[in-house]
Amino acid sequence: MTTTLSLHLTRIVSQFPVPSSLFCPLSSAKQRPQLLKCRLGLRFHVHRCFFASPYATPRRCFSISASNSQGWDKDSDTSNERYDVIVVGGGHAGCEAALSSARIGAKTLLLTLNIDRIAWQPCNPAVGGPAKSQLVHEVDALGGEIGKVADRCYLQKRILNISRGPAVRALRAQTDKREYASEMKKIVESTPNLSIREAMVTDILVGKNDNVEGVHTFFGMNFYAPSVVLTTGTFMSGKIWVGKTSMPAGRAGESASHGLTENLQQLGFETDRLKTGTPARVDCRTVDFSGLEPQHGDEEVNWFSFDPDYHIEREQMCCYLTRTTKSTHQLIKDNLHETPTYGGWVEAKGPRYCPSIEDKIVRFQDKESHQIFLEPEGRSVPELYVQGFSTGLPERLQLPLLRTLPGLENCSMLRPAYAVEYDYLPAHQCFRSLMTKKIEGLFFSGQINGTTGYEEAAAQGIISGINAARHSDGKSLIVLERESSYIGTLIDDLVTKDLREPYRMLTSRSEHRLLLRSDNADSRLTPLGREIGLIDDRRWKIYLDKQARISEEKQRLKKTRISGGDLAAEITEVSGQPVRDSSTLESLLKKPHIQYKVFDKHGFGNDLLSRLDKECVEVDIKYEGFIVRQQNQLQQMVNQQHKRLPEDLDYYAMTTLSHEAREKLSKVRPQTIGQASRVGGVSPADVTALLIILESNRRRANEERRHQMLTSIVADANQEVSEGLLKETTIS
Amino acid sequence: MALPPAFRFLLRHLPQSTSPGSVSSIFPKLSIPVHRKLSILFSSSPKPTSSPPQVTPKATKENKLVFNKDERLGSGAVSCDESVVNSSTIAAIVTSLCGPPAAVGIVRLSGPSAVSIVGRVFLPASRKKRRRPDWRPVSHVVEYGEVLDSHGNVIDEVLVVPMLGPKSYTREDVVELQCHGSEICLRRVLRACLDAGARIAEPGEFTLRAFLNGRLDLSQAENVGKLISAKSVAAADSALAGIQGGFSSLVKLLRAQCIELLTEIEARLDFDDEMPPLELNLVIDKIHGMLQEVENALGTANYDKLLQSGLQIAIVGRPNVGKSSLLNAWSKSERAIVTDIAGTTRDIVEANISVGGIPVTLLDTAGIRDTDDIVEKIGVERSEVVATSADVIVMTVSATEGWTLEDEKLLERIQSNKSGSSSSPVVLVINKIDCAPSSAYDWVNTLSSSFNKHVFTCAVSGQGIPDLEAAIIELVGLNRISTGGRKWTVNQRQCEQLVRTREAFIRLKGSISEEIPLDFWTIDLREAALALGQISGEDISEEVLSNIFGKFCIGK
Repeated sequence: MTTTLSLHLTRIVSQFPVPSSLFCPLSSAKQRPQLLKCRLGLRFHVHRCFFASPYATPRRCFSISASNSQGWDKDSDTSNERYDVIVVGGGHAGCEAALSSARIGAKTLLLTLNIDRIAWQPCNPAVGGPAKSQLVHEVDALGGEIGKVADRCYLQKRILNISRGPAVRALRAQTDKREYASEMKKIVESTPNLSIREAMVTDILVGKNDNVEGVHTFFGMNFYAPSVVLTTGTFMSGKIWVGKTSMPAGRAGESASHGLTENLQQLGFETDRLKTGTPARVDCRTVDFSGLEPQHGDEEVNWFSFDPDYHIEREQMCCYLTRTTKSTHQLIKDNLHETPTYGGWVEAKGPRYCPSIEDKIVRFQDKESHQIFLEPEGRSVPELYVQGFSTGLPERLQLPLLRTLPGLENCSMLRPAYAVEYDYLPAHQCFRSLMTKKIEGLFFSGQINGTTGYEEAAAQGIISGINAARHSDGKSLIVLERESSYIGTLIDDLVTKDLREPYRMLTSRSEHRLLLRSDNADSRLTPLGREIGLIDDRRWKIYLDKQARISEEKQRLKKTRISGGDLAAEITEVSGQPVRDSSTLESLLKKPHIQYKVFDKHGFGNDLLSRLDKECVEVDIKYEGFIVRQQNQLQQMVNQQHKRLPEDLDYYAMTTLSHEAREKLSKVRPQTIGQASRVGGVSPADVTALLIILESNRRRANEERRHQMLTSIVADANQEVSEGLLKETTIS
Repeated sequence: MALPPAFRFLLRHLPQSTSPGSVSSIFPKLSIPVHRKLSILFSSSPKPTSSPPQVTPKATKENKLVFNKDERLGSGAVSCDESVVNSSTIAAIVTSLCGPPAAVGIVRLSGPSAVSIVGRVFLPASRKKRRRPDWRPVSHVVEYGEVLDSHGNVIDEVLVVPMLGPKSYTREDVVELQCHGSEICLRRVLRACLDAGARIAEPGEFTLRAFLNGRLDLSQAENVGKLISAKSVAAADSALAGIQGGFSSLVKLLRAQCIELLTEIEARLDFDDEMPPLELNLVIDKIHGMLQEVENALGTANYDKLLQSGLQIAIVGRPNVGKSSLLNAWSKSERAIVTDIAGTTRDIVEANISVGGIPVTLLDTAGIRDTDDIVEKIGVERSEVVATSADVIVMTVSATEGWTLEDEKLLERIQSNKSGSSSSPVVLVINKIDCAPSSAYDWVNTLSSSFNKHVFTCAVSGQGIPDLEAAIIELVGLNRISTGGRKWTVNQRQCEQLVRTREAFIRLKGSISEEIPLDFWTIDLREAALALGQISGEDISEEVLSNIFGKFCIGK
């Protein structure tokens, strides 16, 4: 048995860069065969324009396998099970995490309960929608996969909220469920550096310094890595419900994972339960679409990905709109006691933003009817997703309920609606890098953090994957500031707010959404993706060219002037405002109701630009004033809110804070003043008090420093004086 | 870190107090018996001996390990265990020390150990015989007794008013000691309190604590300062209305309306299917209403300036038209010497009166004329200077002589002087109407373009003085403000934010009329909400703390 020698450099934590370092050698004999491990630990602070993480604890790890391995060691092949990053779970968070980690160059292992269910869409097979589409665009801008797969597998695409402004405009794609999963599986399988294995993880292996060392599986395997990402979805102690009947399962027909929750609890994590649900699926061949309002896809298809290689149009399928009827409402009201929520046998909180049909009917008593969308689940399957109709009613009542809907009078049900209850870990236990505060190298992403939705999962997945890889490589961790992106907003909300219901991204969650549009997601995040190593040369060139085209076009519009003519006449007519002689095209575009299209129509357009480029130009010019104003608001806020809070503030000693604030702040331990102000239970008065305490601490520290300086100067002066005296005496 | 000046001012004091104050600031964390023992140790020397205070932070830290398990985060940065500013107990003399001694003066203590500190210096009369160690007062019940110094000598007889938190001015435990009003008594009692572990309050610190503890919002806190320095009844009323929250509640209401509208709009961005369509007209009406409220509030800004700094009214005119009589009649005094001799008034004579609740300084000036008398010449020059700097000029003419050539010249001089600076209004007063036939005033109408108002008076009988006041009230715009029962006013800082709010509303109306998409409305609505939040201090901003607390005199 060989012994392991570890050298540890004590990590130096300091608010200020400390020139000298403490060196403290420490050896520990660990039972890790054939491995000579030398660890150099260093902590430093990186501040970049919009991402910074002082919590990054980069550790350069050199793993050197001793060449003189002894043949008699039976466990010699375990060295094969050593990775840089292990991702547990193969859903939408897991896939993004594994892909980004492997693409950065980390040797990555994806552990999943069932390889056939990689990137499965267990609920609505759709990607995007309000706010969620921004997340998809942002993931794509960073170099993620969800947008590309959705672009490749769409059944229908529509732009929502088109009249409400560029910031809330949202792309939504109905996708082919099976095709989506198989496409993503192919990509995961063919990515270099990425291995896949079926396994149920039951334990996290933790090292002496509360650092993660790997995972232990149900069948007794140990896999080792300095970074582990947990993306357990609804599987941790999952339990599905149909009516009053329940069984342990992560999804219908798939077994839950057991043991991990208990292990995490032992490690000191707080866990809680959440609930979500999915509606019934009906056979589309038994639905009479003739009386239903069809919902066609857009004629001009838009794309999630900024990579034009994935902009391949395909034939679209039609969705249909039906509505609940009086008899639907009656049936539900008569049987409320049969639903888990109103019957009172499921306590876990479900998503308020994705309510079951009984919730909608109870909460909106005066509404006579609710919209129900019928959406195909694939080109090759007859299943139809009944959107807006999830229910906790027992199966015997579900078909009669479906048959109250116009068009579904004679339908047959393929899968019943069910609810699923699962364990999650309130995400205030994570940093904004998604690394847990308790265990170094352990990352959480997706539903385990209390979110709902594929897009939310993917957004966390890519960040945790990037950070897991960087952590194993000893690099600083990446944090997206709240103001930088919807991803940043999402994660900031997760780690600061004490959320007790599934979190869904909403446009209203972002205070500065006009700056976080889908059209500028690339210019916000692709440079970062490039720096991280997820944007290759081809993609980078595409990005640079696009930015150049847009800025040149904006210059051209600024310089080109027109006087009179057809264009001026049309603009006067459409905007209701006169066009002065020698107006620039830029000023014309700023007039109400004027779009870039009108330039094309009259030959003032620019053929070098794509439709999407023109949209960018239009938004930048048309809404310049608003954008500038929002930027000012943001700047004002950032100046105040980005003030860092020292990591070890003793909130309990701050008697000027309310008791609730002391408790919540101690629990959440926010990193900035802004985060502190967003923690539930912290009032503006508390924040003011906190500001004063911080400032007085800082001043006291300064005072002490000055005092020390003064004493040393005085000492020096005394010395000089005495020396001088000495000289004098000698001279005289 | 760039901080606004007053925030700096506020903080300048805080760390200073920590060196001697650290003694008291550590105490609250100790259990009471230990506290009492230690306090005896420390009361004499400002520097604590090393061992006991060091024990305390350790002990508290141990309790907190549950939450601080994260050792990786736990080293390096500034520790906050000691001297959190407001955990100390502060004391100050809160009644005025200037002027002749009052019958009663008050020493106030506020902070977690206010009761125990008073317990150490105060001996209740009722318990004189059976000395109990602990003083356990009933909140808001007055007790009578004596204050002892550290040697046990009686230094004053006092009434003690304990107000236990949160039902107190600062929401902390507050104890007020009503002492005899002489400075000596008050200072000795304060000294005793300081010796017993309190530290002296910084200017404005009681109000600062009231603000920090959520007892007052920012605009209320500002009005405390106004109330203390109020020079007239109207100013005091206005400040009181501010403290009681008239303006605060308006701002809160407006902000709540903004947020409600924001919610309405944003809910539709996310859940359009579920919600009834937005009623555009209702939204526009709402915005219009809010804009109107903001405009009205802004209107009070001028009034506030008047209340704080008052008005200067210069009475000018040819010699012997009755300027001094007017001043005497108006101020109901014999402030100015009145004779029949032209040029009696040589220097500026001041009299303070109150017009419509506003403090007014009347300035009687030498009659303006060409003269060889050196003294009178200087007087005339001064008159002209005063006339140019006054807020309102009252030009007095004699009814008996009518509009003379000299008056014409004088008017020209006034007008040429004031054309450079801002144009203060000029009121024409036709005095001595008792001495002239009432029909002979046709000339007045020909002059109406030169004057903002004209009033007929008889200084001797006081006739016409109310008309003159009414004219002035109208000219400075008081009549427009004080109607409608609104008594509060806005100050400069609040005014700036209100202007920001108004601009946001105006832009919002523009966006709506240009049919700019819904989402853009939220930007200006948010701007308005932000600005309004700054007024009440609901939105975090260091600016919000600025320029306030240093202004308060000790006590409030």
